[in-house]
Amino acid sequence: MIEAVGLTKRYGAKTAVYNLSFQVRPGTVTGFLGPNGSGKSTTMRMILGLDRPTSGHVTIGGHPYRQLPNAPRQVGALLDAKAVHGGRSARSHLLSLAQLAGIPARRVDEVLGVVGLQDVARKRSSGFSLGMGQRLGIAAALLGDPQVLLFDEPVNGLDPEGILWVRNLMKALAAEGRTVFVSSHLMSEMALTAEHLIVIGRGQLMADMSVKDFISANSADFARVRTPQTEPAQREKLMGVLAEAGGQVMSEPDGALRVAGLPLPRISDLAHDADVRLWELSPHQASLEEAYMRLTQGAVDYRSTTDQRAGLMQQPDPMGYAPAQQVVVPEVPQQGWYAPPPPGQNPYAGAPQPGAQPQPPQQQQRPYQAPPAAAPPAPAAPPAPAAAPADLSKSEDAR
Amino acid sequence: MASAPAVLRSEWTKIRTVSSTVWTLASALVVTVAMGAALSALVRETFDEMPAVERATFDATVVSFSGMLLGQLAMVVFGVLVVGTEYSTGMIRTSLAAVPQRAAFLFSKIAVAGVLALLVGLATAFLSFFLGQALLGEHRTDLGEENVLRAVVGGGLYMGLMAVFSMGVAAMLRSTVLSLGILVPFFFLVSQILSAVPKAKEVAEYFPDQAGSTIMQVVPGALGSDPAPYSPWGGMGIMLLWVAAALAGGYLVLKRRDA
Repeated sequence: MIEAVGLTKRYGAKTAVYNLSFQVRPGTVTGFLGPNGSGKSTTMRMILGLDRPTSGHVTIGGHPYRQLPNAPRQVGALLDAKAVHGGRSARSHLLSLAQLAGIPARRVDEVLGVVGLQDVARKRSSGFSLGMGQRLGIAAALLGDPQVLLFDEPVNGLDPEGILWVRNLMKALAAEGRTVFVSSHLMSEMALTAEHLIVIGRGQLMADMSVKDFISANSADFARVRTPQTEPAQREKLMGVLAEAGGQVMSEPDGALRVAGLPLPRISDLAHDADVRLWELSPHQASLEEAYMRLTQGAVDYRSTTDQRAGLMQQPDPMGYAPAQQVVVPEVPQQGWYAPPPPGQNPYAGAPQPGAQPQPPQQQQRPYQAPPAAAPPAPAAPPAPAAAPADLSKSEDAR
Repeated sequence: MASAPAVLRSEWTKIRTVSSTVWTLASALVVTVAMGAALSALVRETFDEMPAVERATFDATVVSFSGMLLGQLAMVVFGVLVVGTEYSTGMIRTSLAAVPQRAAFLFSKIAVAGVLALLVGLATAFLSFFLGQALLGEHRTDLGEENVLRAVVGGGLYMGLMAVFSMGVAAMLRSTVLSLGILVPFFFLVSQILSAVPKAKEVAEYFPDQAGSTIMQVVPGALGSDPAPYSPWGGMGIMLLWVAAALAGGYLVLKRRDA
């Protein structure tokens, strides 16, 4: 059991972690999520007593880390895959750690086998790939057969086989009643591995709940509705009816509709009453990725922007390659597709993109909600479908 | 808490499993012995051409230790690398997560590396002495003479302490490159140059290397140099104070700062 109470860490004027309180319980895999720079690693280091909190405290099994009796036998940690002297062999590295905790050398060979590094055990670790480094770090964490395990981004650089292995390893460790705390920014990975989530953004706690609750609390489920393609009038009719009933309706480029805010039976009833036939009516749940994007979009420190290639693309390319402004990669592609952003937060307002397609914000959010208002200025009327392909190419089943 | 023998054993494993240990310590020994031998042979040939003052205060022991000026730099590199690579590789976080008691970690590391450096230093001193004396021919001295054994053992002690001092400095600066960038020019140039400048000399005499190396002089004011204002063991004491200060500084930095 890891318990943090009011954990705060300041580096000069910058607050890396602010008033963080949470518990990590044994028996489950707890995911620790946050964008880059949100304070995940700082928190991990404070748990391990490497960094001293500015205020607050964190304990493992009731003891601050530095006062733990024989810490390596109780807590195993993977912090940084490359935190190894490159001139030392994998086996020597683990042996030096084992000797600290009175672990026999036999155990070193055992964990090397577990992580699959037995063939390179006597090679210098400077020649290791990132994935091999991760395996070595995991071996070090497992060395003391500890009850509490911390992994900072354990699947970085691993191949698919390695990712699957880490996922099963975490679950197996948790099933044995251990406390497993895994940080990651890969939501899809956490959705498959973790049962419980702690989400931080800008060093503050944003969510502490089960994966299931997290998704339903932070995303709106939607229904995909398809009407016969041969009869566009029916589609228009249904859109009007659904919007009237309070649903948020958005059009997908292939002609299907995304409907949020209405339960499936109600959509069916409305269609029936309007005499519209349905070819598809299917429930969709937003992925963890989307839920996480929505939650943390206001707390992203490092946001990418479109590469303007100023000075490189002075003239149109004679070879006919696409000019820069046609390459539009929305930063938060899912935004606005299935649910409105949190009140008062527009994802594009904070980081204007000169190179992106000019899109009035309201069209991002509810492209079909106010068609009468948008209709009169004739050329501006159908911009939403134009924006759709760019968005969809990223968002559609990206999970 | 990890027990002291466990931490010592772990640190010994760390030291013996990197190749830099072997080559820094080997070069300290080889460079010191080889240079000492070469100068001893040269002095034997040119003894009669030396100024009268130098002949009057001729110190065969000091001559055979001439290589230490360069050899000590290899010791400095060894000391810096032992501590500095923990930081440059990020290993420090793994180490401190395994040994949360920072005093136990740092002083075990320094004890293991220090004892190793001391043993190599002693081996270097005795080898330099015997080979140098053999090459000095008629001008040689031997261990039975007054103060000679003290000078030779002191020479080994000096080399070991240079390594320990460097470990303390590296722990304070937390960087291999920075530590080497400061220590090597200091011992190789600054200290040597200042000791030759009249006024600055009075200060330079209290530098760790200048103070510590007086223990290797059998004849006070050997080879025409001005006698130091302290005894040979007094000089060693001054060096020990420097070493203690560097270690205390290193420990405070490690204790206070985040890893």
